[in-house]
Amino acid sequence: MNYKYLSLVALSSATLLTTGCATKPDEVPAQITQMEKPVEAPRNIAPSPPPPVAQYTPPMPQQMEMAPPIEMGPIPGSIEDFSVNAGDRVFFGYNEATLSAQAMTVLRAQSQWLQSYPATIVVIGGHADERGTREYNLALGARRAEAVKDFLVSQGIDPNRVTTVSYGKERPIDGRSTEEAHSLNRNGHTAIISGTNS
Amino acid sequence: MIRTFLFACILALSVAINSSASAQISIDITKSEIEPTRIAIPEFLRQGAGASPYNKDIADVISADLERSGLFEPLNRSAFVETQTSLDFEPVWQSWRVIDAEVLVSGRVVEQDANTITVEYRLWDVFGNRQLDAARLRTPKENWRRIAHKISDRIYNALTGEKGYFDSRIVYISEDGPKTERRKRLAIMDQDGANQIYLVGGSDLVLTPRFHPNKQRIAFLSYETGRPEVFLMDIATGNRERLGRFDGMTTSPQFSPDGKNLLMTRMVRGNSDVFSYNAASGKLKALTKSPGIDTSPSYSPDGRKIVFNSSRGGKPQIYVMNADGSGVKRISFGSGRYTAPSWSPRGDKIAFTKSEGGKFHIGVMDVDGSNERLLTGSYLDEGPTWSPNGRVLLFTRETRGGQPYVWSVDLTGRNLRKVETGGSASDPAWGPTLK
Repeated sequence: MNYKYLSLVALSSATLLTTGCATKPDEVPAQITQMEKPVEAPRNIAPSPPPPVAQYTPPMPQQMEMAPPIEMGPIPGSIEDFSVNAGDRVFFGYNEATLSAQAMTVLRAQSQWLQSYPATIVVIGGHADERGTREYNLALGARRAEAVKDFLVSQGIDPNRVTTVSYGKERPIDGRSTEEAHSLNRNGHTAIISGTNS
Repeated sequence: MIRTFLFACILALSVAINSSASAQISIDITKSEIEPTRIAIPEFLRQGAGASPYNKDIADVISADLERSGLFEPLNRSAFVETQTSLDFEPVWQSWRVIDAEVLVSGRVVEQDANTITVEYRLWDVFGNRQLDAARLRTPKENWRRIAHKISDRIYNALTGEKGYFDSRIVYISEDGPKTERRKRLAIMDQDGANQIYLVGGSDLVLTPRFHPNKQRIAFLSYETGRPEVFLMDIATGNRERLGRFDGMTTSPQFSPDGKNLLMTRMVRGNSDVFSYNAASGKLKALTKSPGIDTSPSYSPDGRKIVFNSSRGGKPQIYVMNADGSGVKRISFGSGRYTAPSWSPRGDKIAFTKSEGGKFHIGVMDVDGSNERLLTGSYLDEGPTWSPNGRVLLFTRETRGGQPYVWSVDLTGRNLRKVETGGSASDPAWGPTLK
């Protein structure tokens, strides 16, 4: 018997006790079976087959083949689709604003995606880690955002679809003061602000 | 004879009796090691029922001001031998000498009417048997703390020969929430941490407030429009306005000493340069045009020079140029990275942030870059701002994985202290002494 099972039993019992529902012991296992299923399908891999029809009620008939079930991954053309399938963030070296080969790979995927959805408008946020003075890091963030924009434009994206903003060290994605956090916080983030179909 | 003399003095409003030059006691605040001056500050006398509790509170605030400066050691009142009953007679010198008091502050609070108090004060040189200073100040009761700070300024001035800085305010950024969703609010307080007020609510990210040299105005950075731009605010009314509408982002505001111009950094297509903005004409003029990062400009007190940091040579270093952008000269040559310079109001020093070997330091150097001295060091010390008299620096200190707070240190590197801000705080800027 695993830990998950135990805690779920405890949770179910507690729920039943507190809500004061009639206790039917044979209902408990049924709930466990349902809850032990993964809530989300893994991202970044080929979509899994749709679940049995019995559990799935199709939404609007018109969009039947366009709107796959949630378990299949992000809706194409959505913000989630962009971040999952193109990648919305590239990372920089300490005090650097030049793009690595890895960053360029991500940005090529971004530009392909953006070309597939030509109505989308993006803003590039430039970010720095905390090991710098505030105003210097604002300037550094501006350079990083511009480096991302320049690359997207070089890939054929209309510069009018791309604006930049620097956040310096004000919006870290990892709040720790470790090397790992610092390297995550030195980034350029491409955010879609309009033109998506979701 | 003496009594007549004293009487005449106390009638005059805010009259300094004697210059510190001839005083027997004087404090040299330039020395790196200082034995704090032993100062006795009894509760002030009171006249009128409404003079209480100001008579005690004012003495307490003066005592705290002077203690915080690191130059004074206020003596425990329970050790006092003499209880003065009048301000119009000399103290009994011997009774203050026996407790080794070097100077004595005595005062009286008179309730003028229901809303007003008059405060008289005298500063005595216990070993020189003489009065060093005296003043009489009148104020609405709710303003009593400023009277205390003004007296602290007079005492500091009489004993050190330098201007005091206690009757002044500090703008800063109050911080709360996790680092990844930090809320930052523009706040102001008295120099001693009293009367903290939030000036802007916290819905938009705000950074780097800076005082106008003589008006109750500040410039600061806000993301109100979604990108960083410089705003101006009138402290009294709370009215704020965006400083022009420029292509790109604007950061790093800093007023000129006459208040007519504002330096700032403008970032266009990723490149940061220093600009000056003329308030009368609304014109923006580029002062630097390098492909590197040029930012954090600060005027010399005569308004003729500007210090800033630039990465034009690789790592960020400190440069000085004329106010029109000509004559750029690099002044920092040490190892490490130099940023956020700030010109002393005395004109003779430049404070800066230096990062080297995984640590950040607050340091000072002469305006030609010589005599570099590091005053502090920690995981993250940054952004020095000068006291109005150029003797004390405030800065932001953040420990690894910890919260930022405002700290202070003397120009000599002594007297490192955390400043009371009521919570996490950063980006302090020390305003001018009040009129």
